[in-house]
Amino acid sequence: MDKTHESRFMKYLRKDRLPHIFCAGCGNGIVINTFFNGMELAEIDLSDIVMVSGIGCSSRIPGYVKCDSLHTTHGRPISFATGIKIAKSDLNVVVFTGDGDAAAIGGNHLIHGARRNIDLTVICINNSIYGMTGGQISPTSPKGSYGSTAPYGAMEKPFDLSELVSAAGATYVARWTTAHPLQLSMSIKDALNNKGFSFIEVISQCPTYFGRKNQMRSSIEMMKWMKSVSIVKKKADKMDEKKLEGKIIVGEFVNKEEPELSDEIYKLIKEEWDEKPSSELKSAYMED
Amino acid sequence: MITIDEKLCKGCNICIELCPRQVYEESKTIDSKGVLIPIPKYLEECRKCELCTLLCPDQAISVDEEDES
Repeated sequence: MDKTHESRFMKYLRKDRLPHIFCAGCGNGIVINTFFNGMELAEIDLSDIVMVSGIGCSSRIPGYVKCDSLHTTHGRPISFATGIKIAKSDLNVVVFTGDGDAAAIGGNHLIHGARRNIDLTVICINNSIYGMTGGQISPTSPKGSYGSTAPYGAMEKPFDLSELVSAAGATYVARWTTAHPLQLSMSIKDALNNKGFSFIEVISQCPTYFGRKNQMRSSIEMMKWMKSVSIVKKKADKMDEKKLEGKIIVGEFVNKEEPELSDEIYKLIKEEWDEKPSSELKSAYMED
Repeated sequence: MITIDEKLCKGCNICIELCPRQVYEESKTIDSKGVLIPIPKYLEECRKCELCTLLCPDQAISVDEEDES
């Protein structure tokens, strides 16, 4: 019997750091919950997980979690995570990143991570705006949406991150919104179990900037809007482009198996230097 | 039994609006932080689906397994 009356996810969080700095109704908190739920479903221990993040609101998440974490430079979490994965391939490396971090400044790192198919789980929290710096338009802001740098509406076409990463060669790609917490948990479970580059795009709400500038002042309004405009991938495949304008396509985009980079590297080391390569090749400066 | 941690709740009201069985009700009194903390009023309606614990961005809600006494 639980007498503490705490949230069931509290055991994974650094209690002394709470309450977190996210605004009331921010989607990042929901992503924290769904990640733990997916992790429990995948039966993975938190001590086997390393969290890496870049810069932005969403990248503050690892700071609140009781696990090894790395808060890195803007746009580069996937590069740091690649290093961790190759040095210690038995760890589960999870990258928390935002749309400004992954799509704008770190766009190249994202597509090259996907091309290499290295075993990372990248969770991209896409709130369609730069929330931390004051509501500027980001590469994923929908066409016509307002921001502090687009008082007449954004003129540019946004990135479709899931399609981009699918085309770059990731082996698991899914997109959900924060209004689909159960489906998102299942996708996080599949992504953690997938051996290869897994990418989950979570369309999230930013009531403070995106909502305020686009006539959706509360997070509830935003979540109801996200739920009403989202269409499951299987249904969307049968529809034409005109009907899909302004809609969010959710669901699983890619789920396939392909050779993984760190596995291939370890296999090569084993072939070339025989048994137990990891203990012998500990240092790059080892004299031979 | 549903408990809301008053230290963590920021009053976003997601639980009130998205609970499938409308268990929560908006509070009329403002607490010391200026937050309207929801009240889990209609407990007999609760089916312990725990959607509120999953949707609470501030990890403030706990739905306990044991039955009410």
